Amino acid sequence: MLGEHEDAKLLAGGHSLLPMMKLRLAQPAVLVDIGRLPLAGVGTGSDGLTVGALTTHHDVATSAEVTGRWQAFAEAAASIGDPVVRNHGTAGGNVAHADPASDLPAALLALDGELVAAGPNGARRMPADGFFQGLLTTALSPTEVLTELRLPAQRPATGSAYLKFEHPASGFAVCGAAAVVELDADGRCARARLCFNGVTEVPLDAVPVTAALTGTDLDDSVIAEAVADCLRVEEPLADTFASGEYRTQLARVYARRVLRAARDRVRTAHDHTGGGAGG
Amino acid sequence: MSDPAQPEPVTITINGREHRAQVEPRTLLVHFIREQAGLTGTNIGCETGLCGACTVMLDGAGVRSCTQLAAQADGRSVTTIEGLADGDTLHPLQQAFWEKHALQCGYCTPGMILASLDLLQKNPDPSDQEVREALKGNLCRCTGYHNVVIAVRHAARAMAGAATAAGEA
Repeated sequence: MLGEHEDAKLLAGGHSLLPMMKLRLAQPAVLVDIGRLPLAGVGTGSDGLTVGALTTHHDVATSAEVTGRWQAFAEAAASIGDPVVRNHGTAGGNVAHADPASDLPAALLALDGELVAAGPNGARRMPADGFFQGLLTTALSPTEVLTELRLPAQRPATGSAYLKFEHPASGFAVCGAAAVVELDADGRCARARLCFNGVTEVPLDAVPVTAALTGTDLDDSVIAEAVADCLRVEEPLADTFASGEYRTQLARVYARRVLRAARDRVRTAHDHTGGGAGG
Repeated sequence: MSDPAQPEPVTITINGREHRAQVEPRTLLVHFIREQAGLTGTNIGCETGLCGACTVMLDGAGVRSCTQLAAQADGRSVTTIEGLADGDTLHPLQQAFWEKHALQCGYCTPGMILASLDLLQKNPDPSDQEVREALKGNLCRCTGYHNVVIAVRHAARAMAGAATAAGEA
């Protein structure tokens, strides 16, 4: 059906597409309602978490599996819109829509997520890294349907968090930051991830910051220094509410906060607070 | 498939009564409720999902009826503000909004009450902060939020009391 109609759009919860149509930012000729396909539900296995594309934000945010082990993803889902929006907005719709002010993309990227799409030639898996290609543009082809989001199993001594500065009226992310931190046996940073929504057209992956943090003790001052020295925002988004300069400053502030939050989660869970960090 | 511009048959049960109509695919649920069913208690505010005035229950969960096509609700069940009272007996939320003066102009009230019902179904005893978070998507331009919070918590106590009384009876 998608192949027959050049200007068709898939409709899931409708909470992104319908407002855009009313604002005449999208004018599809044909809508295909996929809302009743059996693509909802959260599952866990040895290789990680699967979230069906039609799982609502409410069901993601309140799933004990997600809140327990993929905290950044649960917190991103919990921060979308308001409770009534979360009842009907879907994880797959959110990601496929690729609104830069949305919440799930940075969390998905920071947690090394993957996406599964079905098309005329079968299913394919693709990494979140590279999926977001531009404003409202993804690697999905016009004849593909996003069916599932996958998050790999979290390694031991790993914690994550999502924090955002939201537009006070719409709730969209002016700056949303997702961080993942893994500590080694000495309580030092074995690996970190830091990604942002709202700041650039596609989720910003702050690799230089996390590279600078690897091997450090992740003290507040170390985090602050790495963010100050290494966080670069190329071509920040700008609108009447928030200039590019302002968004960049928010990214610095939220980078520090979210890295500390992810770190504290691991320390609390694994009691690395004092031990072994040395000097 | 059918011509995209042609009317589609849609059947929606609203407050227990089935409503069938041929509607254009573009018809929003809120327009179906107001124009096909004639139930004008559900108000239209911003029409972009931000103000909450059009909130109704769809299969038991709150939804923005301006951000949902009637066709998406085909075969489903909707509760609007008109469906809450039991005859002449107001729903505890309606009673509480009245007693606690939780409205001024009243435009946002149906949406506030339905969003509050969604909250109390998930969390029967919310804190002030939880009520405020649950209603963050319901805008009152009279800015009368203070008494709304009082009313929702009052209704929560009334509903818990009624549930206890029913359990003892």
